[in-house]
Amino acid sequence: MPETAAPLVPLGRAPGPLTHASVMAGRSLRVSLRNSDALIMSLALPIMLMLIFVYFFGGAIETGAGYDSYVMYVVPGVLLLCAGFGAATTATAVSEDMKGGIIDRFRSLDVGGTPVLAGHVAASTVRNLFATVLVFGVAVLIGFRPAASWSGWLLVATVLIAYIVALSWISAAIGLLARSPEAASGFTFFMSFLPYPSSAFAPIEKMPDWLHGFAENQPITPAIESLRGLLLGEPVGNAPWIALAWAGGMLAVAIAASGVLFRIRTR
Amino acid sequence: MPSPSTQEKPPYAIEAHGLTKSYGNHGKPAVRVLDHLDLRVAHGSVFALLGPNGAGKTTAVRILATLTTADSGTARVAGYDVVADRSAVRRAISLTGQFAAVDETQTGEENLRMMARLTGLSRPAARRRAEELLERFRLTDAARRPARTYSGGMRRRLDLAAGLTGSPEPGVFFLDEPTTGLDPRSRQELWEVVRGLAERGASVLLTTQYLEEADRLADRIALLDKGSIAAEGSAADLKGRVAGHRLDLVLTSRDAYLRLTGRAVHHSPETLTVGLPTDGSAAHVRALLDEIDPAGTEIDRFTLHSATLDDVFLALTSEVPAHA
Repeated sequence: MPETAAPLVPLGRAPGPLTHASVMAGRSLRVSLRNSDALIMSLALPIMLMLIFVYFFGGAIETGAGYDSYVMYVVPGVLLLCAGFGAATTATAVSEDMKGGIIDRFRSLDVGGTPVLAGHVAASTVRNLFATVLVFGVAVLIGFRPAASWSGWLLVATVLIAYIVALSWISAAIGLLARSPEAASGFTFFMSFLPYPSSAFAPIEKMPDWLHGFAENQPITPAIESLRGLLLGEPVGNAPWIALAWAGGMLAVAIAASGVLFRIRTR
Repeated sequence: MPSPSTQEKPPYAIEAHGLTKSYGNHGKPAVRVLDHLDLRVAHGSVFALLGPNGAGKTTAVRILATLTTADSGTARVAGYDVVADRSAVRRAISLTGQFAAVDETQTGEENLRMMARLTGLSRPAARRRAEELLERFRLTDAARRPARTYSGGMRRRLDLAAGLTGSPEPGVFFLDEPTTGLDPRSRQELWEVVRGLAERGASVLLTTQYLEEADRLADRIALLDKGSIAAEGSAADLKGRVAGHRLDLVLTSRDAYLRLTGRAVHHSPETLTVGLPTDGSAAHVRALLDEIDPAGTEIDRFTLHSATLDDVFLALTSEVPAHA
């Protein structure tokens, strides 16, 4: 193809996807800080959930030997439950973006879909980490006494962040799939339920037989097992690595799926 | 495909050949939105794409702004191919769509800084750029307020400013129905903004449903009808072909009605009314009346209307636009 006229408009340097993603993350954080109702909800809900589990159900749940109190058992479950709830708001935020004209604006500024989603996921991760610290604080107040080593804490943080990022990105993909923000928030509901059929709140052995296969092999279980073991200073075997592999796999699938969905939605 | 025109002729800011686009709809037959659209917008000119809803205006803009791709045909914007050099096109253009594309919860200033950062400016440079643009678009007083509190006109101005944050400033502007839904005063203000862009030497492609808007702003106007250009020229050219007014005549007899329907752009058999194109001047109206009814017996009453877009379309395409 022979080149025709020389370009008329001289262009400045093009910023890379990392610059775009960091600007997008700043935007998402600013917007979530302004949305005070949702912010209060995302911080209050995990604490309420923990208090409900510990004080309402805790007395009735037999967790087996090795746990001084139910709070020692349930903290990892509450952390992952609130990671699911927190991540779910990403779907609504992404869906709101797709509904308005802002995505066209970003695209006309040559910002790709992945940086836009990465911004939402980064903001979701920061929000979730705040909630996580809050949950830990309240847990300690009501009797949680972690016995993790320094390396244990490091691994706890790694596993938690990996799950928050993976769940947030899945949620972002759901936000692209849903035709409205309301539908998006509905779709993410199942994600928030995933911790229940696992060892998060009650031992799997107490569940019906047919559920064992799913409960033992679903992605939340290795995360629960490794967080609980690490926090209590017990041997965890390869559970953290299985958990990280799950998180990595889920993240890879979510990134690939959201890339395809973004192209379809903006065609 | 080599485009011979760009070799000798002056460079065009926007150049499209044979753009065709159909949208399929869940098994229903595909609707052809653009049908071999050809466009040439000279560098530094304001070009209006005039047409009713559904004529394909937005689709044309979205293809030229790289937001969607044509099924066939080629286009170059600012000298770059819209498919092969998509990123370069994006950095050379500014797009303002029908719906303001700003964050409602961010302030005007935050929106502009964010956009400026996305175009690659450093933090301090982005702050300066945002200040400049707020000043230029008279939004300085509202800079610290969330965009959701802005009036329709302010929002459009913010949206326009958001498309201008790049450095160097984009040279080609796409304004898709920039004044639809605005009150008359905001519309005037936005027209000033567009004139300001033109004075700075920018090339502007604007779409509109309003004849008056195209007339006030554009150097050249193209009438878009069912996905291709029905007529193109300067405002004066088109006015020569499309009368600016319509003279509605209520006739006294069916014979007179039938005799005049051939040259009418508006018919109402029930009331024996025909509408004829006119420039609205007393001289032309008098001449028309004398010519049609020399005896002074066939015309009962008359009324004079400003020509609507429908009349323009009737005159140039002899077909009622989709939304009529």
